[in-house]
Amino acid sequence: MTLSIPALLSQLLLGLVNGAFYAILSLGLAVIFGLLNVINFAHGALFMMGAILTWIAMDKFGISYWVMLIVAPLIVGLFGIVIERLLLRWIYKLDHLYGLLLTLGLTLLIEGAFRSVYGVSGLIYNVPQALSGGTNLGFMFMPNYRAWVVVASLVVCFATWYAIERTRLGAYLRAGTENPRLVEAFGINVPLMVTLTYGFGVALAAFAGVLAAPIIQVTPLMGQNLIIIVFAVVVIGGMGSIMGSILTGLGLGVIEGLTKVFYPEASSTVVFIIMVVVLLTRPAGLFGSEK
Amino acid sequence: MKKFSIFAYAVLLLLLLAVPFIGLYPIFVMKVLCFALFACAFNLLLGYTGLLSFGHAAFLGGAAYVTGHVIKVWQFTPEVGLLAGTVTGALLGLVFGWLAIRRQGIYFSMITLALAQMMYFVALQAPFTYGEDGLQGVPRGHLFGIISLRDDLTMYYVTLAIVVAAFLLIARTVHSPFGQVLKGIKENEPRAISLGYDVNRYKLLAFVISAALSGLAGSLKTVVLGFATLTDMHWTSSGHVILMTLVGGLGTLSGPLVGSAVVVALENKVGDLGRLLAELSGVDWFNTLAESVTMVTGLIFVICVLLFRRGVMGEVLAFFDRRRNRPH
Repeated sequence: MTLSIPALLSQLLLGLVNGAFYAILSLGLAVIFGLLNVINFAHGALFMMGAILTWIAMDKFGISYWVMLIVAPLIVGLFGIVIERLLLRWIYKLDHLYGLLLTLGLTLLIEGAFRSVYGVSGLIYNVPQALSGGTNLGFMFMPNYRAWVVVASLVVCFATWYAIERTRLGAYLRAGTENPRLVEAFGINVPLMVTLTYGFGVALAAFAGVLAAPIIQVTPLMGQNLIIIVFAVVVIGGMGSIMGSILTGLGLGVIEGLTKVFYPEASSTVVFIIMVVVLLTRPAGLFGSEK
Repeated sequence: MKKFSIFAYAVLLLLLLAVPFIGLYPIFVMKVLCFALFACAFNLLLGYTGLLSFGHAAFLGGAAYVTGHVIKVWQFTPEVGLLAGTVTGALLGLVFGWLAIRRQGIYFSMITLALAQMMYFVALQAPFTYGEDGLQGVPRGHLFGIISLRDDLTMYYVTLAIVVAAFLLIARTVHSPFGQVLKGIKENEPRAISLGYDVNRYKLLAFVISAALSGLAGSLKTVVLGFATLTDMHWTSSGHVILMTLVGGLGTLSGPLVGSAVVVALENKVGDLGRLLAELSGVDWFNTLAESVTMVTGLIFVICVLLFRRGVMGEVLAFFDRRRNRPH
């Protein structure tokens, strides 16, 4: 097998891009699960919503990518807040499985709605002008947009990490995860915090969707396969640690990219195989301490 | 109450025996029966053991492919095909269960989902599944080499006999001491452990039984319809069986029967329903309802989880309970 270094590096970069999406999505799942005890199956659908909203805005209204990078997460975040207030809050006291089933139903509803309007074929979506083209680094050709995705995702991930682990608001959030009733007794509005957390988590998913749209095909079903891989990422990393989610997501993306170079047949299953290995050797997950 | 339920089952059985003569389309009823078996097998795990598997599509679809291959390519008789499919389901169940019971609750569901997705990708690439086209043209053949199944009537009664036998097996399992331990694990796992039960072995056995019977359902479906496709392997198929069980009533024996009939009928008739609604209300959008089966399914999920968690049979049983306990 002949292996060219530029091809390897470009797959590595692509892996890093995918890893960045895994990181943002699993981060959101972990934050939501921590406070709401709900595994948000709809995360993939909301990721898709971010991408399609951006496509609609650019195609129909001529709104720029940069505006949508802020506006799409805001819209989806508001949508998430409505979902939380209207639907999710009735099931917190029930078994975990109902949360999964309710968000599964929401996923089918959201995807079905977009499908009945846009079908299943890919929508064309261009890379914004400022980021088109690429840079020749001497040893490889780097498409600017991919570099931008990695940088933007990392910034968002680490900002989230900082906000949760190093600020006062984050301290409330962590305390709420540990013992919501005690936190409420200290006069903190926990239900509001729960609502905003859900809104923030799904806004992150939409942000990833906007970033992803120019690279992967925009279709109403784009979130489906992704969310299952992200579930595997969450099982591997465990949902206990924010930094754990980020590192696991990035790492698995890179491994997936490398698999595409060395053994392409396994590239769609490698994450699941790693999950099996982790389950056999460290059942609680790499960063996990199971509750 | 007990008398009443025996009476109800007897009526149901008579109705099912009479199906070919009262103008119902036998293929449709056979499809419902296959899904009913699938949902009953799934309910053994979710309703009686409290484990939400999101990977049952792999057992249904995997068994369907194996049965199709054994009958079409290796030219064995249908009963060998059914047996091979059931064994496939059991083996896959053993592996999935062995891996997934290492984690609890929501992780269990995510692991089974991920494993099933892996099997989906394997099926997509494996040569003997014919990828997107699926395995087509599986002949029904002769049962035990003697009884021809080409006639829908014969096929129907064979299907009915298998499904009834499997249902009785599930009923027996639920009411056996083993089934009572499963219920105990569902209600209070730490207590079951403290009483000295090896909880993981019970869970694994329940998982394998459930997977084997799901495999049987998938095999039967291949024999009846003559094909095995990727649709059965897709995760939406797992979602489907969850919906059937939920609509019918978790942890009730008859619930999955009702749920599967409701869900399959709804999917087949949703287009007609849409046209009717469009005519009545004058809203054109209802005409497209047939293409939005997913949305309808999603809506039922949301409604069931929020308002109707006991399901149809759960509500019926609760109604009888209330009547019995009413002061005279």
